[in-house]
Amino acid sequence: MAKQTLDQKLAILSDAAKYDASCASSGSTRRDSRGGKSLGSNEGSGICHAYAPDGRCISLLKILMTNFCIYDCSYCINRVSSNVPRARFSVEEVVTLTIEFYRRNYIEGLFLSSGIIRSPDTTMLDMVRIARKLRHQENFRGYIHLKTIPDAAPELIEEAGLLADRLSINVELPTDASVKHYAPEKSPEQIRRAMADVRLRKDGAKDRSHTGKRPPRFAPAGQSTQMIIGADGATDATVLGQSTRLYASYKLKRVYYSAFSPIPDASTKLPLISPPLQREHRLYQADWLLRFYGFDLHEITGHRKDGNLDLEIDPKLAWALAHRGLFPLDVNRASREMLLRVPGFGTKTVGRILGTRRHRSLRYEDLHRMGASMKKARAFVTLQGWSPGPLTDSADLRARFAPPPQQMSLF
Amino acid sequence: MPHVTLPRIGTAQAWRDAARGFLTAGVPPEAVTWGDSSVEAGLFDDPATGTGSRPVTVPRSFIGLANTVVFHNDPARFARLYAFLWRLKDAPHLITDRGDAELAKLRQMEKNVRRCQHKMKAFVRFRELGGPADPRRSFAAWFEPTHHTIEPTAGFFTRRFADMDWRILTPDISVFFEDGTLRFEPDHPRPTLPPDASEDLWITYFRNIFNPARLKVQAMQSEMPKKYWKNMPEAAAIPKLIAEAPARARAMALAGPTLPPRRAAAALAQQAANVSAWQGPSEELPRAISACRGCPLHRTATQAVAGEGPLDAALMIVGEQPGDHEDLQGRPFVGPAGQLFDQLAAEAGLDRSRAFVTNAVKHFKFVPRGRKRIHQRPNSDEIAHCKRWLDAEIRQVRPRLILALGATAAEALTGSDKAISTRRGSVEKGPEGVPVLISRHPSYLLRLRDAAEKHAARAEAVADLKQAVELSQNIDLKKYY
Repeated sequence: MAKQTLDQKLAILSDAAKYDASCASSGSTRRDSRGGKSLGSNEGSGICHAYAPDGRCISLLKILMTNFCIYDCSYCINRVSSNVPRARFSVEEVVTLTIEFYRRNYIEGLFLSSGIIRSPDTTMLDMVRIARKLRHQENFRGYIHLKTIPDAAPELIEEAGLLADRLSINVELPTDASVKHYAPEKSPEQIRRAMADVRLRKDGAKDRSHTGKRPPRFAPAGQSTQMIIGADGATDATVLGQSTRLYASYKLKRVYYSAFSPIPDASTKLPLISPPLQREHRLYQADWLLRFYGFDLHEITGHRKDGNLDLEIDPKLAWALAHRGLFPLDVNRASREMLLRVPGFGTKTVGRILGTRRHRSLRYEDLHRMGASMKKARAFVTLQGWSPGPLTDSADLRARFAPPPQQMSLF
Repeated sequence: MPHVTLPRIGTAQAWRDAARGFLTAGVPPEAVTWGDSSVEAGLFDDPATGTGSRPVTVPRSFIGLANTVVFHNDPARFARLYAFLWRLKDAPHLITDRGDAELAKLRQMEKNVRRCQHKMKAFVRFRELGGPADPRRSFAAWFEPTHHTIEPTAGFFTRRFADMDWRILTPDISVFFEDGTLRFEPDHPRPTLPPDASEDLWITYFRNIFNPARLKVQAMQSEMPKKYWKNMPEAAAIPKLIAEAPARARAMALAGPTLPPRRAAAALAQQAANVSAWQGPSEELPRAISACRGCPLHRTATQAVAGEGPLDAALMIVGEQPGDHEDLQGRPFVGPAGQLFDQLAAEAGLDRSRAFVTNAVKHFKFVPRGRKRIHQRPNSDEIAHCKRWLDAEIRQVRPRLILALGATAAEALTGSDKAISTRRGSVEKGPEGVPVLISRHPSYLLRLRDAAEKHAARAEAVADLKQAVELSQNIDLKKYY
């Protein structure tokens, strides 16, 4: 085989990395290179440097160190039984690509993942070596996200956390049974233990020593994970149940949902359907309601018989339609908790309503200016200049929001 | 009528100085006109600034608003800001009134500028001017912002690219960073930048990170509007990627299954031979406990927590179940209740390291609530399922005495779920003929709010532990039952 060029390797190893949804570059420690001796900065909020036509942002150089792998996970393009072309970057190649892309303002940093070669420890050690070189030799202060290999030795995880901004370990599928079925070499218990280990190290790095000295920050942008949606038969209630447990147990920053998408040279074990993008979108909406809007899991999925979210309307609207007795809400009197439950009101709008309410009572036009989506909200609120009348209880309210019914295609 | 012409560089400070002057001089907004250097002063306008001696105070958040809005491309921005500032003078609370039409407009303009700044941080594309071996590397970019965003955004690039020279040329003003010094210059023509090999790699990356099975063109364009495409090298690849996507996705779906490559078997064998540093406990009983699937609790907990301590301990301490910390660390009694227990034990003269410490139920039962896990009491079924592990531990250690902490432990060990309050301090008959001393769980003390109650309960707990030490050391336990 002819020696692969850097361009060929990059093509293979970015193609192999695209199924990881995470791209965040936000929430780490603020730092910059003003001294003139180093390169890069992080100012808290992430920056998306480009968008691909799949609608996903490109913030980090998301590549695999290698796509050789000794595991055989059915859903994965890099599984050992697949015939996709293989490549491997050297440590220097990854470092150079990261630095040169960064200098041209293409990226916020590096998201490095890898297939498992030889053993989890060998692979993790090479990944740590790349991060070490970036930080210590190139004085790189941009963002680094390392995918952690669950079985890697604890001391490697420790060093990875001190070098990287974020660590992530994918739970892959919503239930232990599916993980065992589709990823026989992975152990769901071990994945949980590795996440627990990261959380403990992160908690531990907060305690000052007896001299008052702060220990070095461990993975300051926290840890995240990813679940593949639509590969197994799990319902949305199961998926969201798993996420709420992950958030509570391991203090995850994010759970990413990745609609299972056809891959080159796919396994026969899995359905080759078009990816359930709408379902993925609804899961993210539900995830937000759980984390920022004070909703409980059973409120979101409890009123659905099959345990799945309504694909046609968003979960907050679905909840409001099922609880019309609580509406219309008087915007000038309602509590923060209730305002957050009005479809069309976001957390910012609610903040603005509460801020302005201290000085005067609100009128309908005000809500528009505060950023509320009144098309949705007006059936659920009452205030000066607006009363929804019978709209709140009208039988066709759902039909006003749902997309019009479509005739099935004949072909 | 006074007219103020604001400079193209240093606009924010100039506007603030002028506005402060007019405000202190009491000049109303309708008596002054504003413009930047692109707006000619009216025929009857005279250059002027107001001066006055009255000190003015302005809400801090207005300064932030003004410092951003002055960079908007709307010619009326300066006048709008001053008109709002004039109203703010008598009604400072207006700054928080998002329903106010003028403020809403200004906030909208602020948002436009911020978005433009953000897009500049994202979409500026540098090309290298010299070579990678130069002692100080040098880069340049051509960018076309919608608003006057160069000046307020330059700081971002100085903080990020301090170890190299760079310049961003625009049709508005241009910014240069050379040897650590920043300067702005107006009116630079569009330069011809040399080709850059890294740009080809970047386009390769862009083409390959795209997943043709999930085409969402609208989502891409709303975040990366077409007006920016002409200065982004990767954007030229977009039309072809979109056009080919459906066929590529179809080809993946239609491709028939293939046989695994020959190296697959060897790789899987290698995988099976790997030994992980995490490979759980090696002793037989803890290993069996950690593999237990007897009840559904294992699906949500991190790991089973087996007992620990010397296998010839005279005293065995049984708690309820692992809590949050125990579940994460895989060791019993290390959380807040465990730490309190250690304090009580020290007071009572009980050496924990010489006792075998375990729980009635080995997996943590909880419900998630936000970022916390709320402990749930195990039910009788779960206690019964886990009993075999507790019994096995008792058979292995053969303690002289078991200390049961709390109702769950008491139920598991004696079969009775009667209230602890009436039983504590007494010795009951346990499994394998080992006597069981009943006490409260330390978490009970943690929950008590009333100081007097807490004090009393603590004294009782210490007394129970003292009794446990004594009974586990003395020979004759028969008299108790």
